[in-house]
Amino acid sequence: MDKRIRGRLWVIGALIAASIISLVPRNTKQRVIDPSTGRLRDTTVRRLPINLGLDLQGGVHLALEVDQSKGPVPDCADAIQRAERVVRTRIDEFGTTEPVVQIQGRCRLIVELAGEKDQARARGIIQRTAFLEFRITDMKSQFKDALPQIDAALRKAGIKSRNAAPSAVAQLFGGDTSKSKRDTTSDANAPGVLSSLLFQGQMPGEFLVPEEQWPLVDSLIQRPDVKAQMPRGIELRWGAQTESRSARSYRPLYAVDSRPIITGEELTKAVARRDPVTNQSIVTFQLSRRGARVFSQETGRHINDFMAIILDGRVQGEPPVIKNQIGANGQIELGSKPLQEASDLALVLRAGALPAPLTIVDERTISGTLGADSVHDGVLAGVVGVVLVIVIMIGYYRISGALAVAALTLYCLFTLAGLAAFGFTLTLPGLAGFVLSIGIAVDANVLIFERIREELVHGKSLRLAVDDGFLHAMNAIVDSNVSTILTALILYAVGTGPVQGFAITLIIGILASMVSAIFVVKTLFLIWLNRRPNMVTVSI
Amino acid sequence: MIRFFANANYDFIKWRRWAFSLTGAIMVVGLGFLVTRGINYSIEFTGGTLVQIELAHRVPTGNIRAALDNVGLKGADIQNFGSDTSYVVRARLGAAATQGEAGTQAVADAVGRALDQSAGPGQYRIERREAVGPKVGRELQGKALVAILLSFVVTLIYLAVRFEWRFGLAAVIATAHDVVATIAFISVLHLEVSLVVVGAVLTVVGYSLNDTIIIFDRVRENLRKYRRQNLYEILNLSINETLPRSVLTHGTTIATTLALLILAGEVIRPFAWVMSFGIFTGTFSSIYIAAPVLLWIEKRWPGQDARGARTFGVRAPAGASAPEATRPAPATSSSPRAPQPAR
Repeated sequence: MDKRIRGRLWVIGALIAASIISLVPRNTKQRVIDPSTGRLRDTTVRRLPINLGLDLQGGVHLALEVDQSKGPVPDCADAIQRAERVVRTRIDEFGTTEPVVQIQGRCRLIVELAGEKDQARARGIIQRTAFLEFRITDMKSQFKDALPQIDAALRKAGIKSRNAAPSAVAQLFGGDTSKSKRDTTSDANAPGVLSSLLFQGQMPGEFLVPEEQWPLVDSLIQRPDVKAQMPRGIELRWGAQTESRSARSYRPLYAVDSRPIITGEELTKAVARRDPVTNQSIVTFQLSRRGARVFSQETGRHINDFMAIILDGRVQGEPPVIKNQIGANGQIELGSKPLQEASDLALVLRAGALPAPLTIVDERTISGTLGADSVHDGVLAGVVGVVLVIVIMIGYYRISGALAVAALTLYCLFTLAGLAAFGFTLTLPGLAGFVLSIGIAVDANVLIFERIREELVHGKSLRLAVDDGFLHAMNAIVDSNVSTILTALILYAVGTGPVQGFAITLIIGILASMVSAIFVVKTLFLIWLNRRPNMVTVSI
Repeated sequence: MIRFFANANYDFIKWRRWAFSLTGAIMVVGLGFLVTRGINYSIEFTGGTLVQIELAHRVPTGNIRAALDNVGLKGADIQNFGSDTSYVVRARLGAAATQGEAGTQAVADAVGRALDQSAGPGQYRIERREAVGPKVGRELQGKALVAILLSFVVTLIYLAVRFEWRFGLAAVIATAHDVVATIAFISVLHLEVSLVVVGAVLTVVGYSLNDTIIIFDRVRENLRKYRRQNLYEILNLSINETLPRSVLTHGTTIATTLALLILAGEVIRPFAWVMSFGIFTGTFSSIYIAAPVLLWIEKRWPGQDARGARTFGVRAPAGASAPEATRPAPATSSSPRAPQPAR
């Protein structure tokens, strides 16, 4: 065997070895939630190092933007950058395999969670603003005192009182035996538009609104003329849960100080647990040292006041009364909600608040079963395609065709190795592109073989015909492949997600086919001709 | 050894007017469909919601539709997808829709409620859910067009460098023909135009260019080799010489594309349809569009040796074949074909 062939065989051997090394199953770390303890733990899984796209393994793809529906956000790029850090922390703790959190363009955030089963929950965790604040309720009843002015303003605007059923008051308080204080305001202000819809709750600043009326009340308190009449330093916040009294449900509305005594920024630790006494879900938290100092000062000043715990603008549970100074530790009660909700809340509180609410502009969710079906069908189509190509090539070119088929197997190996080595993702269109490229990959061999045949017809010797065949076919192969790579590059630059996966597979496929069809097949030919130096005709 | 079309000697270029008429007719029909029916854009482009569901047992389509109407999704479009128990519900954002970015999410949730009513809770599985806001859809529409035009410009430049601008222009015109023909095909079949289908159109662009370049490469070579033939003859000779390769390569490509079309599932099927058609139109255009257009360009703007302009048509048998020619060029062959007058 001459030196030239030996050198070529070394190169091919090295390529095969590198491909196999990059395809060896390896350990990857995965963070999963332990179902028994609810804690995160790291596990290692052995798997092929080819990344499957969301359309093949199932998962959720989200594109988020800063919500501008409630007024423009001046610097969305900055807001998205800060949101990216928060979302990344939340997702890391949420525990999925290799999540993707990246900024696309200037103001868009892409989140991809592979194999996530509970997508609604994942959406909730990502989108939740998680802005926590503590505010003292309206202890001096300033809002209640301002109600007549607000009613007058509404009357002036021409809004008539839609009579609340008179029995509502009786129903509400007649059935309640223990805690509720006697209502005093609703009678006095009965004709008022807004006040007739509000019932005094158990503490100063708490009002109850019948569930069916709350959209009306919400629209009333959003009006600018009502806002203008609000007492200075007081804001209104809805409760998160409804309360039921005598088979009717009411939604609490709280008048609270507009200045929070402390916000979630000072939070260092948050843990979900079940209250051993009441069996309710709670989230206990710890404040930073600075936060604890401020908190104990403020609570010291507000002893016997009620403190509303407000999360994303909604008051959580019933505001507790401050009995004595509170230090670093506190808790949020979630009532009868499941423990998982509490642990999700603890998670987002730990990760911090989003700088601005995010809205989903694009969502794609693929179930794992559909993904598995796609893989199965795609692989089946690929196998059938390969078999057809093998039949055509060997049937037409005989032994030379068999050499091309041998090169084709190397082509498949190189392409998969290329995907693995550069960490590209295989998507469903990518899989289709791979199957398609098997058909196209033999084109270089077809060009070369046809060329050799022509050279033989022209009466060249076998050796010369093979050399010239390879040489003369090169121009056409290079030009045609470069133009295909150029269109694939454009596809990659302009496309998104699955289409980019397709373009990548196509580009890697073309490069691999040039190596296998030209270099590998030439080597095989040289070995073949060397073995049988006296051969005059060739099986082509 | 088996040889298809060895020493083939067909006068392809002669049929150019027939070919133009045929492809023109296909385009007219396709564009007629396009104008009357419009393009069936996927929700990726229009914005909207798509929910693919797998039912545990058969539920009449009417029941699902009624339930969708019930939850207020009047305009939703419901379609069987592959099997009896598999459905796709689509709700596009209309031009006058007031739904904002959050609206598409709300629709997806409403589909869930409708299924609870018609199939019963737990009797269905959501396989795929896409909710695209109007903004993202508008962005994509622009991008797809940019991608196709950009690929033309890049090809034109590359071919101008590697060959000369006449070849580049002819190749791009042939490829533009393929894009138009493929769009006509898409509108006749009323295929849904998704991003993946746009990807398929771009792949057709690449494939067709590839094929044209193989023939042009042979033309370039033959122009150097046979100094006395005119361009008409050179083109015919080159197409005939590359014919065995065309048959083989298109054969293997069609084999894999058919495998995709039949076996690879419903999601990839529109892609496979477009590719299958693209292989035909790509092959057709390389022979019947690219070559005649090159001839026409050479006649209009003759190149240095001006061979395109010299004679247009098969020369009289008196014209001797070039001395280097080891096989007879079409012009000097003893085929029974009557010589064509120059036009």
